[in-house]
Amino acid sequence: MASKNIVGAVMVAGGGVAGMQAALDLANAGYYVYMVEKSLAIGGRMAQLDKTFPTNDCSMCIISPKLVEVGRHINVELLTLTDILSVEGEEGDFTVTVRKNPRYIDMSKCIACGECTKKCPRKLNNEYNENLDTRKAIYVQYAQAVPLKYGIDAKECIYLTKGKCGTCKKLCPADAINYEDKAEEITFHVGSVVLAPGFTPFKPTVFDTLRYNDVKDVITALEFERYLGATGPTMGHVIRPSDHQDPKKMAFLQCVGSREVNRAANGYCSSVCCMYAIKEALIAKEHSGGNLDVTLFYMDIRTFGKDFEKYYEKAKAAGIKFVRSRIHSVQPESGGGVKLHYVTDGGVSTLEFFDVVVLSHGLVITGETKELSKSLGLETDNYNFAKTSTFAPVALSRPGFYACGVFTGPKDIPSSVMEASAAAAAATSKLTPARSTLTKVIKVPRPVDVTGEPPRVGVFICHCGINIASVVDVPKVVEFAKSLPFVEYATNTMFACSQDSQEKLIALIKEYKLNRIVVSACSPRTHEPLFQETLAAAGLNKYLYEMANIRNHDSWVHAGHPAEATQKAMDMTEMAVAKAALLVPLKENVIDVDPTALVIGGGIAGLNAALTLSRQGFKSVIVEKDSKIGGNANRIFTTAKGESVADYLSDLKTRVQNDSNITLALNSHVSKVDGYVGNFESTLSGGQIVKHGVTIIATGAKEYKPNEYLYGENRRVVTQLEFDELLKADDQAVAAAKTFVFIQCVGSREKERMYCSKVCCTHTVHTAVELKKKNPEARIFVLYRDIRTYAQKEDLYKEARDLGVIFIRYEPERKPQVSQNGKNLSVKLLDPVSGHHLVMEPDYTILAAAIVSGQEHELGMMYKVPLDEDGWFFEAHQKLRPVDFATDGMFMAGLAHYPKPMEEVVAQAQAAAARAVTVLTQPKMTVGGIVAEIDQNRCSGCGVCKSVCPYSAIDLDDKGKAVVNEAMCKGCGNCASSCRSDAPSLRGFTNAGLFAQIDAAL
Amino acid sequence: MSEFEPKVVAFFCNWCTYGAADLAGVSRLDYPPNFRVVRLPCTGRLNPKFIMEAFKRGADGVWVSGCHPGDCHYIAGNYYARRKFILLHTLLESIGVDPNRLRFSWISSAEANKFQAMARDVIEHVKACGPNLTFRKAELQLDLPEVA
Repeated sequence: MASKNIVGAVMVAGGGVAGMQAALDLANAGYYVYMVEKSLAIGGRMAQLDKTFPTNDCSMCIISPKLVEVGRHINVELLTLTDILSVEGEEGDFTVTVRKNPRYIDMSKCIACGECTKKCPRKLNNEYNENLDTRKAIYVQYAQAVPLKYGIDAKECIYLTKGKCGTCKKLCPADAINYEDKAEEITFHVGSVVLAPGFTPFKPTVFDTLRYNDVKDVITALEFERYLGATGPTMGHVIRPSDHQDPKKMAFLQCVGSREVNRAANGYCSSVCCMYAIKEALIAKEHSGGNLDVTLFYMDIRTFGKDFEKYYEKAKAAGIKFVRSRIHSVQPESGGGVKLHYVTDGGVSTLEFFDVVVLSHGLVITGETKELSKSLGLETDNYNFAKTSTFAPVALSRPGFYACGVFTGPKDIPSSVMEASAAAAAATSKLTPARSTLTKVIKVPRPVDVTGEPPRVGVFICHCGINIASVVDVPKVVEFAKSLPFVEYATNTMFACSQDSQEKLIALIKEYKLNRIVVSACSPRTHEPLFQETLAAAGLNKYLYEMANIRNHDSWVHAGHPAEATQKAMDMTEMAVAKAALLVPLKENVIDVDPTALVIGGGIAGLNAALTLSRQGFKSVIVEKDSKIGGNANRIFTTAKGESVADYLSDLKTRVQNDSNITLALNSHVSKVDGYVGNFESTLSGGQIVKHGVTIIATGAKEYKPNEYLYGENRRVVTQLEFDELLKADDQAVAAAKTFVFIQCVGSREKERMYCSKVCCTHTVHTAVELKKKNPEARIFVLYRDIRTYAQKEDLYKEARDLGVIFIRYEPERKPQVSQNGKNLSVKLLDPVSGHHLVMEPDYTILAAAIVSGQEHELGMMYKVPLDEDGWFFEAHQKLRPVDFATDGMFMAGLAHYPKPMEEVVAQAQAAAARAVTVLTQPKMTVGGIVAEIDQNRCSGCGVCKSVCPYSAIDLDDKGKAVVNEAMCKGCGNCASSCRSDAPSLRGFTNAGLFAQIDAAL
Repeated sequence: MSEFEPKVVAFFCNWCTYGAADLAGVSRLDYPPNFRVVRLPCTGRLNPKFIMEAFKRGADGVWVSGCHPGDCHYIAGNYYARRKFILLHTLLESIGVDPNRLRFSWISSAEANKFQAMARDVIEHVKACGPNLTFRKAELQLDLPEVA
């Protein structure tokens, strides 16, 4: 053992989407994870959302597979209802003490049937639905919660507070209630800590003029989100809260509790409200069949993320009205609804009636988190967000502490997920020697080969306490099952999922030599993995298993029709047996993984990705088409936080050049690609062949060359990067200049490029502040459409205004006019507020030129990864897989994905590396199972299967016949249903099996 | 005619509509007990032959339901399903099956209420079609297809 002990475990505090992603990336990279969550269940705020922007994906649908994955991961220990008491020691070896608060439910016994909740007499506000309806004192946080175990609210429970009642204990069929449960202190050791405590929505109670406190028809955006939700208080029906009538007119008021330094004292922008308000407006319109008029009152629309601007345009096209005005007060009407008074651009004073007003409240750090930061000794800013630097965006002030999500600043889901992966990489950068020392591996016996044996089906019908048995005649189903072909054994069981039943199942498999198992119980979505583990433990291939969902799809929904429900349970069991008899053992193969990464692009993103991988002990080859590394950062002067980019870059370059794990290939590009995840083989332009297990695309982007505003005609008209170069060079003409005009959105947010370049507003405002600080007499004008200094960057905007920088808005239809008279520049524009034409005579006009993609279509084709219509590489999932491609083993980072500031580039590079590590860390990868296969005798080589495969997993071999790459196939079955000659089939879901199921159903 | 209880074979994708049916269970939302559900990884796995087989075997109705456009767990499977389905729907009539017996829907795993409403609606429509006598099961006693 080394002199200093390094612990191969990490604590993740907070079970929201950021915490979950960090936990999964850590656990999959070989570290044991303690996930500490203070509530009953993980899921966090995302579980409360109805839809997510800009794809309008159903939030619960996309988060629940993640919930289940965390809940079932053998190397994630879930500590719910737990508070952190102390973290002592230093990076590499911390001692954590936590308090596990009592749940009053034995989690090993609770089957989440809900009998307790039904009869619990104590009703109280339901926080999940933002207190718009009620829950009981014994409850689950939400229907899809993980762990799906009930808990008792001790402060409200009648038994726990008064010693009377005890109804739940009497009713619980699993004897899971334990009123004697006590809090306990637990101590464990970790090498580092990832904090993801999240946020709480701002409470608009301080704004008495907005009347949230006393007017029913003034609600918060999260309340409205719950109204829109299918599991919300009105099951998705949009209502006017005062009288439950359908509203005709709705208003959203932006920036409630954000960009406000007086009462709320939250000077920052909450980053997400513009987008979620647009989303809620669109969904509300959809829900009300178009009979809803929605107006959004805003200061600046901040739709700066990928596809956000298009979403904004879509909303405008859908008839949502956008009015630039910050509403001061709300006037209630006696018959319900309110009146709003506002003044439009043209100076028209308007009083308008609305049925419902939604307050787009910001994100704030909770008091608890503030206390936690204090007790852990972490530096925070004046808004209680954790302090980080541009170049180490997830590292906190105390060594060994890392953060992700809203804790470091307000941000949306993909940014949180990105940071979570980055935090997983950063948090383990010093723990590499301890990797895989504390993780557990499931050991299963070698499966018995049952190929060729006649099917011997075992059928287990679950009572689920009374959940199934009170409706379905279970003994009758058992007798029926015994009569089915190939059934060797059938029985009933009280709780099929309980530990003792599992052991009994193993014994019966051996005793009766069962080689196919059918369990008629609950949903395979929640319980199939559990039973499959049991099969494996009994020495059976886990795919020889089929499930009939006679609880969720039968007894629970046909309680009033026991005879029909019993018939249905028999039919469902018959269907399962019919399919099971045709199941065959499925092989899972292992393939070698080459533990090397190919990083394409040697800018900030590529260099950081390679360095992060190196710290994890993996080699990489960086391919850079230029003769030097550093990319666009070579031209940037300082960051928005004032850090010198040149200093950082020279340090970064030195570290890369001195790193023995990193090989640089300058003046090169990829010319040919073979292989797939684990085993890529890329040929570089110089002829060098690189073998690698993963690929990270970090090809960056370029600054747009404007064709307006006299750019290229007058040398005093420059782009932002050109101006940065002048500043860097300490240019004397710039130092002597007195008047500067900055023009924003040059080439961005226009028809050809309907996206926001995200970095320009902040860069301009930062540059303006620096110029003003150097020369307070300088006259600086910023001509803009919307100022998008999101998150804490808003402080810079305020500072610029305080220093006297003048911001003048322009309409895209009336752009500023730049002309020259000899050497003198003149900029003319119409101020939409005053209605006057203004003329400025600047020494320099600085254009915020758009960031344009490198249009790397050829590279995309070679690695079989897609680009979107603007040329940005297209991720596997815009919300939850922001650095992955749908193709396994392919990742991306930096501007190749979308424009973003440097701290986000660094975070994304670390995230891509973390995701890559989850592949590289396994010397062998398991592939196969439920995947497609091709019967080449039937294949005519038409290529239909190849063209419909969403994962590029099918190719034609040298004989022109289709072959499936098991490493890339995800088992959707598109190929199997598209072939004219049934050449492909999906293992586990074969035509024969499905036909047998259909026939058994009828 | 006395109240006829139709048999409807339902094909649900695992990630969305099967989840909605699970949630309908958790929420105890009752609906007619006439469905027999075949779980598929994705509606993209749905071969039109499955639907024909169900009708051939005497199903009175078939209900196919998957993820909303854009929500597919496998990126685009539901779009492929939709294409196949539209084609099949137009062909059904030519072989003597009332197209009203076949329904396609998009229900996400959070939409238990929509699931319940749709289930009721499907049964109502199939009931209006009456029993499916187009193919007689007795005349088509086939052996089980060969083992894959």
